[in-house]
Amino acid sequence: MNFRNNPQLNKHGELIHLLSIEGLPRALIHQILDTAGTFLSVNDREVKKVPLLRGKSVFNLFFENSTRTRTTFEIAAKRLSADVINLDIARSSAAKGESLLDTIANLSAMHADMFVVRHSQSGAPYLIAQHCAPHVHVVNAGDGRHAHPTQGLLDMYTIRHYKKDFTNLTVAIVGDIVHSRVARSDIHALTTLGVPEVRAVGPKTLVPGDLREMGVRVCHDMAEGIRGADVIIMLRLQNERMSGAMLPSAGEFFKNYGLTQEKLALAKPDAIVMHPGPINRGVEIDSRVADGAQSVILPQVTFGIAVRMAVMSTIAGNSA
Amino acid sequence: MKILIQNGRLIDPASGRDEQTDIAIAAGRVVRIGQVSADFHPNRTIDARGLVVAPGFVDLAVRLREPGHEHEGMLESEMAAAVAGGVTSLVCLPDTDPPLDEPGLVEMLKFRARNLNQSHLYPLGALTRGLAGEVLTEMAELTEAGCVGFSHAEVALKDTLVLHRALQYASTFGYTTWLRAQDGYLGNGVAAKGALATRMGLTGVPVIAETIALNTLFELVRDTRARVHICRLSSAAGVDLVRRAKAEGLPITCDVSVNHLHLTDIDIGYFDAAMRLTPPLRQVRDRDALRAGLADGTIDALVSDHTPVDEDAKTLPFAEAEPGATGLELLLGLALKWGEQSGQELARTLATITISPVRVIADALGSLASSAGQLVEGGVADVCLFDPAEYWQVRPDALRSQGKHTPFTGHELPGRVRYTLVSGHVAFESP
Repeated sequence: MNFRNNPQLNKHGELIHLLSIEGLPRALIHQILDTAGTFLSVNDREVKKVPLLRGKSVFNLFFENSTRTRTTFEIAAKRLSADVINLDIARSSAAKGESLLDTIANLSAMHADMFVVRHSQSGAPYLIAQHCAPHVHVVNAGDGRHAHPTQGLLDMYTIRHYKKDFTNLTVAIVGDIVHSRVARSDIHALTTLGVPEVRAVGPKTLVPGDLREMGVRVCHDMAEGIRGADVIIMLRLQNERMSGAMLPSAGEFFKNYGLTQEKLALAKPDAIVMHPGPINRGVEIDSRVADGAQSVILPQVTFGIAVRMAVMSTIAGNSA
Repeated sequence: MKILIQNGRLIDPASGRDEQTDIAIAAGRVVRIGQVSADFHPNRTIDARGLVVAPGFVDLAVRLREPGHEHEGMLESEMAAAVAGGVTSLVCLPDTDPPLDEPGLVEMLKFRARNLNQSHLYPLGALTRGLAGEVLTEMAELTEAGCVGFSHAEVALKDTLVLHRALQYASTFGYTTWLRAQDGYLGNGVAAKGALATRMGLTGVPVIAETIALNTLFELVRDTRARVHICRLSSAAGVDLVRRAKAEGLPITCDVSVNHLHLTDIDIGYFDAAMRLTPPLRQVRDRDALRAGLADGTIDALVSDHTPVDEDAKTLPFAEAEPGATGLELLLGLALKWGEQSGQELARTLATITISPVRVIADALGSLASSAGQLVEGGVADVCLFDPAEYWQVRPDALRSQGKHTPFTGHELPGRVRYTLVSGHVAFESP
């Protein structure tokens, strides 16, 4: 059996898991962003803790390695006073041949309250949410190419922080869209929040035409893609895709789609430049842009912790 | 054993017969259709009032999982599933472990099946040794052992030189080659390319993976005049190409699975691994073209594509889950459902799972060729009696197959099989 209804909402429409931004109501997204705003001040306090998840156990299950995302989730959970257990599944259970669901059953028996899951396969967190105990909450920390909802939400927090209103914006997402879970989550969030123009920019091998059905304008020309944009989201080009059948070389990619000062000048003068990190200087973005006045890449990281605190405290407060 | 079936609605799609009548069976054969004389003394009389009496069904795509995958299906369980579904003849695929690439394996399988005394089993031999795509199998030996054709199952035969020679060799002796039309490179994906796969972040198989393979095959058929059966068509463009190739007179036939006749990629929902199928489910226009192609005869046969998959192999993330669904027990229900929805006469619907698939394998059937998939006096008494008005719910625990995964779990399907007779003995009756 599979979920008939949106598995991340309970029957009252409250968030019990965060698996994808797709299907989340606009008001719920704003509510999470508002909550994140209240947590930002926690990060400035001398004692950076609130007791919302005291006594709760948060398990970080990273079936795919990621130091940065795991760390931000760990900090967020600790600032909510949760006990955090990091499991390097990629090097332990999975390597020993334990199946995904056996791993989940074992960890559930350790009385976990929340699983933060990173997996290389699209949809894996859905399988976990479907098979874990009813009181356990699942947060998708990135699954295959499918979704990275907390990244999507922190990107929305960042945009709202600098631009206030979503309904008059042009947002360009540039680079390897086809393999990007961040791009998918951003697109769902932006279209849900009422952004009138979302552009996906890149060569045809990385920006498929099917994306139009997600409500975006597909641009294969960089100048067309970023002209007049309020927000430019650059995506990381994975090392293994820099040279092959998708792209001939990182250098040629940079020549066509790398964000330089000259290209940035085509966007609105007050445009902001975002990137989910880690950045490849000289591949998708020039150092002068990454470190320049319009870059908000580091504030994104700071907001990310507050947004993850908001997500975890929101779902922990709702029951299936 | 003499059996008299009385008062049923006898439908024989081959002859077009559709009437309320009796049928007498003795020594494995149909001895009389119509008024049965008083000196016929049956050991058993079946009252078929309200039931359809049809030829036993013929399924051209079944995986029995033996040898090598017994954890997913045993000959006993899958043959029991066949008769429970009214299937009295089935063609099984060579992608076992080891593959059916030598006569001994085929003989063993036939022997085991014969001892179970259930449906007739027609194996497909592997086209190349180990399905490795390099060395041809001993086709004549395999045919002698009982193979009705040669297949490469789901393994893409990427090397067109080997494929060309395989078709030349097979056609020398009049053997039919059964091939899936999927390009070995473009076919590497887990869902149909399209808006859904893009949105869900699943790797997509484009339609051109099918059309390129079809065009290549048709060129090879034009050159070799080899007889080819195309397995599991999946796209509107594919149906169109097959239609044109048939109009041109190429010696080809093709089939479609029950899954592709009723489902689309939207049914994947939230990564439902029950929908992980090969070929992948495509879009509504493709499904509609497949339905129309089956109705107009472009597609010759409807198949269950029965593939038992165990729980461990399905409870995995979508892309890692093993493709396939159980199907033998759903073949009739899903055929009837298609027939109802597309306004087909019952006889026409039943033709897609009786006489039409028999025509695909007729050359290899020998003495059964004149009566399999039909109800004729003197012919083999393979009969299915079903209640066309009774709906039943698909419940995994009620399926006899060891494979419990099907996209249709919970669905209500028409057509309850009540009796299945194979060579004149009652192989199944519903409790």
